Amino acid sequence: MNTLASRSAAPAPRRWRPAPLQIFIALCVLLVVLALCSAASGAVRIPLGHWLALWSAPADPQATFFRNVLLEVRLPRIVFAIVVGAGLAISGAAMQALFRNPLAEPGLIGVSLGGALGAVGAIVLGAHSLLVIAPAAFAGSLVATFAAYRLGSRQPGVANLLLAGVAINAICASVIGVFTYQATDVQLRNLTFWNMGSLAGASWPMLAWLAPWVLGLSALLIRDWRAMNALLLGEREAQHLGFALRRLRHRIVILAALIVGPLVAVAGTISFVGLVIPHLVRLPLGADHRWLLPNTLVAGALALTLADWVARLIVTPAELPIGIVTALVGGPFLLWMLTRRRA
Amino acid sequence: MLRAESLSCARAARVVLHDLSFTLAPGERLGVLGANGAGKTSLLATLAGELPAHAGQLHLDGRPLADYPVAELARRRAVLPQSPSLSFDLSVREVVAMGTYPFGGLAPEESARLIARALDLADAAVLAERRYLALSGGEQQRVQFARVLVQTLAAHRHGEYRVLMLDEPTASLDPRHQVQLLQGVARLAREEGIAALLVLHDVNLAAQWCDRLLLLAQGRVVALGAPADVLTPANLERVYELPAQVIPHPVLAGAPLVLFAAQVPC
Repeated sequence: MNTLASRSAAPAPRRWRPAPLQIFIALCVLLVVLALCSAASGAVRIPLGHWLALWSAPADPQATFFRNVLLEVRLPRIVFAIVVGAGLAISGAAMQALFRNPLAEPGLIGVSLGGALGAVGAIVLGAHSLLVIAPAAFAGSLVATFAAYRLGSRQPGVANLLLAGVAINAICASVIGVFTYQATDVQLRNLTFWNMGSLAGASWPMLAWLAPWVLGLSALLIRDWRAMNALLLGEREAQHLGFALRRLRHRIVILAALIVGPLVAVAGTISFVGLVIPHLVRLPLGADHRWLLPNTLVAGALALTLADWVARLIVTPAELPIGIVTALVGGPFLLWMLTRRRA
Repeated sequence: MLRAESLSCARAARVVLHDLSFTLAPGERLGVLGANGAGKTSLLATLAGELPAHAGQLHLDGRPLADYPVAELARRRAVLPQSPSLSFDLSVREVVAMGTYPFGGLAPEESARLIARALDLADAAVLAERRYLALSGGEQQRVQFARVLVQTLAAHRHGEYRVLMLDEPTASLDPRHQVQLLQGVARLAREEGIAALLVLHDVNLAAQWCDRLLLLAQGRVVALGAPADVLTPANLERVYELPAQVIPHPVLAGAPLVLFAAQVPC
């Protein structure tokens, strides 16, 4: 019935759509509010109203303690959530454009499981510190992505890349299985936490390079918004519109791998953000990448900040691994989306 | 000017079109006719620079087509493929605006003017504020046509050679919109000197709206020339393997009217 109504020749009743810029500003405001709320709550509550007082009493020991909690624990963690969420979401949007499929996500090209393999391998082979595990994970994502890309682009068309990604992911998963089987109890605990994703590794020195890295590469992705729109028409059509397909595909895959690789390396695998967020943003906004990409960036940051808040709130003073929260919310959401589309 | 000399086209190492020579003059409309599998779409893909020429020469303005970077080619020719597939939610205006992409930063008012003109030529102005996915197949086709019109007209200097390549543009349109689309192409050819290459299935539309026709059968040229000269019963039978008759058009003076007259088996 719906489609019949919308096809009638009479001027269709126009559904009100908020302007992209309004959505963008609203998301930014929401992100700031949420970040402040999240910073205020946790094992130690520091109500927003008291924040100013903390800085006006520099010598007070309790104020010093609260200041330290805020500056050294909460804020880096929230900024970390923002960076990880933003990077995962925008890479997801780029992958969906590349594969012309709303169900694509960065993990499709092997970047997530490759990273997981690198990290799990490093842990089982005896690494303890993030300084070893993170580079191993990053190397793993790059190698897996490279393999999937090289093997998948022997023939034209994006379907081969997809299949190569599936195969590489299967191989990574099985080798992870082997490592997990070999792991000692302590290692097992370590790598389980890592597999479920965690923002506990947040620190200012790490964020000092991660944040500009992710935002800078995201800006490069946004620069390609025209090409991504053209890809939605079809690969031939994109070429007719003057976009060199191979180079474009190359660029998107490299940018996505360079964004997601380090995120996987420092935060573990956090599922569903890259898949669901671009989808959510498309519902009110449409698929024009000029606005979809920046909005997805902010919405991803918002989603992971929220997930982190929930993860810390539910089991205070401990925390749930954030990957569990995103999958717990993202899974049902995806099912809802799939059934809704059929209706 | 687009010039092909002894051109052969191949798909996956199989030669599908042999030894074809023609030029496409500014403002000329060349219709390509042929049965399914005759090599029409491969020819179009080769002329569009998508497939490399298998043998022979292919020049655009005296320069080999293969030497053009993809981006530059997009500023010289626009292609409307057979069945555009867009399954993402975009507005009609966003789809049509893609025609400006090869030209990078057109001024907003310039591209708004272009989009309005193209939508008008494609009789899609009433669709401008709709969502693309909510349109019918024929309406989507008109919107895609408007998109390639924008690409053809953007930043066009008078006298600059440009080609519009249309692969069965009328397939999903009703008779009125078929005529309207072909009228639009004719106007562009006349007023702007745009050359057009049209792959068509409707022989009579082709006869009426093209300056010259290229008839293909089994990967070879059957005839190339003015509609009245090449649309003979013998040529048509070679192309379509159907008995055909050609009579003078009862309304349009000088135009041939083709009737396929196969008996219905009882």
